[in-house]
Amino acid sequence: MVETLHNLYIGFSVALSPNVLLYAFVGCVIGTLVGVLPGIGPLAGISLLLPASFGLDATSAIVLLAGIYYGAMYGGSTTSILMRIPGEAASVMTCIDGYEMTRKGRAGAALAIAAVGSYVAGTVSVVALMLLAPPLASFALRFGPPEYFALLLLGLLALAYMSGGSILKSLAMATLGLLLGMIGIDPMTGFFRFSYGLVELGDGIGVVPVAVGLFGLSEILLTAGQPTAPAVKKPRLRELLPSREEWRDSLWPIGRGTVLGFLIGIIPGSAHIISSFVSYAVERRLSKHPERFGHGAIEGVAGPESANNSATSGAFVPMLALGVPSGPIPAVMIAAMMVHGISPGPLLIAQQPELFWGFIASMYVGNVVLLILNLPLVGIFVNVLKVPYPLLYPAILIFCVLGVYAVNGSVVDVGIMTAMGALGYVLRKFDFETAPVVLGLILAPMMEMSFRQSLSMSSGSYGIFINRPIALVMLMVGLALLLLSIAPWLMKTLDWRQRFGLASGQEKEGM
Amino acid sequence: MTTDRVSGAVLVLLALLVILESRYYPLGTFRLPGPAFVPVLLAVLLLIFGVLLVFTSSRAPRFSSVSWIEWRHAAAILAACVFAVFATERLGYRLTVLLILGFLIKVVERRGWVETVVFAFGLAFGSFYLFFTLLRVPLPEGPFGF
Repeated sequence: MVETLHNLYIGFSVALSPNVLLYAFVGCVIGTLVGVLPGIGPLAGISLLLPASFGLDATSAIVLLAGIYYGAMYGGSTTSILMRIPGEAASVMTCIDGYEMTRKGRAGAALAIAAVGSYVAGTVSVVALMLLAPPLASFALRFGPPEYFALLLLGLLALAYMSGGSILKSLAMATLGLLLGMIGIDPMTGFFRFSYGLVELGDGIGVVPVAVGLFGLSEILLTAGQPTAPAVKKPRLRELLPSREEWRDSLWPIGRGTVLGFLIGIIPGSAHIISSFVSYAVERRLSKHPERFGHGAIEGVAGPESANNSATSGAFVPMLALGVPSGPIPAVMIAAMMVHGISPGPLLIAQQPELFWGFIASMYVGNVVLLILNLPLVGIFVNVLKVPYPLLYPAILIFCVLGVYAVNGSVVDVGIMTAMGALGYVLRKFDFETAPVVLGLILAPMMEMSFRQSLSMSSGSYGIFINRPIALVMLMVGLALLLLSIAPWLMKTLDWRQRFGLASGQEKEGM
Repeated sequence: MTTDRVSGAVLVLLALLVILESRYYPLGTFRLPGPAFVPVLLAVLLLIFGVLLVFTSSRAPRFSSVSWIEWRHAAAILAACVFAVFATERLGYRLTVLLILGFLIKVVERRGWVETVVFAFGLAFGSFYLFFTLLRVPLPEGPFGF
């Protein structure tokens, strides 16, 4: 503990240096803006500034990018509450009760609870990240290819299990993502797979064009032709104070959202999106008055908003301790760290203590900055949305193109974004979730590599995945999740068989 | 015909295409997988999911009930993106953005000339100045010097 406090002291001395503080602030402001704008999520924001961060030192670069990530979580709630437009995907659940509160004249209270919940969740989860990442990193030194393979498979199954829609569709989408990840040079043999003469595809399909296409561009395609957005209601400062009852109702949802969000964040997956869905479902189930949900229940704002912020910190645990990206944003941040010659993984904390602890401390600072930014200045950010949508979406489109182009300076990436935008548009029309595609793409190269390395280690014996206890436990958990998710389907089949049995019995009786 | 049945059939076709295209690479053996092993394994999984989707989708919405009212806008935006792919490095960033914004705001959204010109010029040159000049993000300049 003393050592942790000492390390944190070092971290704060890094985070409070004027240079790093400035980048944390800039990151938070840009993050809030991209969170407010629909269609341009934290990933597009990070991609835009990724090339600009190459000129900075490693700590400033990571602090800037992380600021955008959690700033967007705060910003996304603003438009959800005031306009029923989720600025980014994790805020979808906030729309339901947040906007109902706005209609009842409690917009200020909803915004305040969302900001306070986000602040509490952000701060508590950073403490958990700080305490959990170093021991996990030393534990992860025991991980070999079979353990990594089991972990990645577990992540995909957990994502499919927790996704809102059909498990079959989620698994199909994850498989599609894994297949997209097969494009490029095979790392074991050097074969060019499915690249059709395009040199740019040698390194595989980039995460940024796919994610911006599937999330950002498809959002623009779906909304551009719709009737115009509702008018923005600007809350007055004195309306920002929630009542005593609202505080009391929000306390437990914030606590539960924080814990849930962090735990979901650790599992590889699009953590911040799922965590808000799970938190909303939990709050509705635990509530004594579930009928209030959907009609302006403050718990429906407090829980999901806390969960998505907490998940952001949770997602940094596997990234910093294992070097495993838990979603598209940590994947891009790992790429940014690699540009600076730092490879995230179990040795990062020991080898780069200033970076790790400076990053942790900057998250404490960032949360305070965001609380200050989001409460009194909410009216200023909302003004951005007064730009008519026919002007706003072309601007967002340009920023998407610019962000995707800037990462590699390649128009092929813009082409991939376009194709993925069209794919995402059709998939969303047909009720498919796009998050598993992106996660599949991210995990595919690591998963294939660890699978084939494991088989090389065991001279082709698949027993290696069962003989090693850590891998076995993770595979068993994955299997349990799979069984749990297909249980309703199997039960239905049993039910159908029962009915069939009854029918044949009746037939017998009839005979 | 339900939406799930259509999408399941498309997934099956895609899986078959991947299996067909994988014939160019060595498959390896079950114990020593080659470069085509994992893609084929995944394609077989996708095939199974697609078939399951086709046969278990009777309660999904009907294909004809899906609304496509915004397709004109969507097609115009996708066309603008395709234009960006071919024009960005040939015409330069600013001219490409100017043309895309002009097309979307004036032709697709039918806004006024003044609004279009002010917005398109402001965004094309403003974003270039911010990212290229201030933040030093490399962007193509084009043959006309801008």
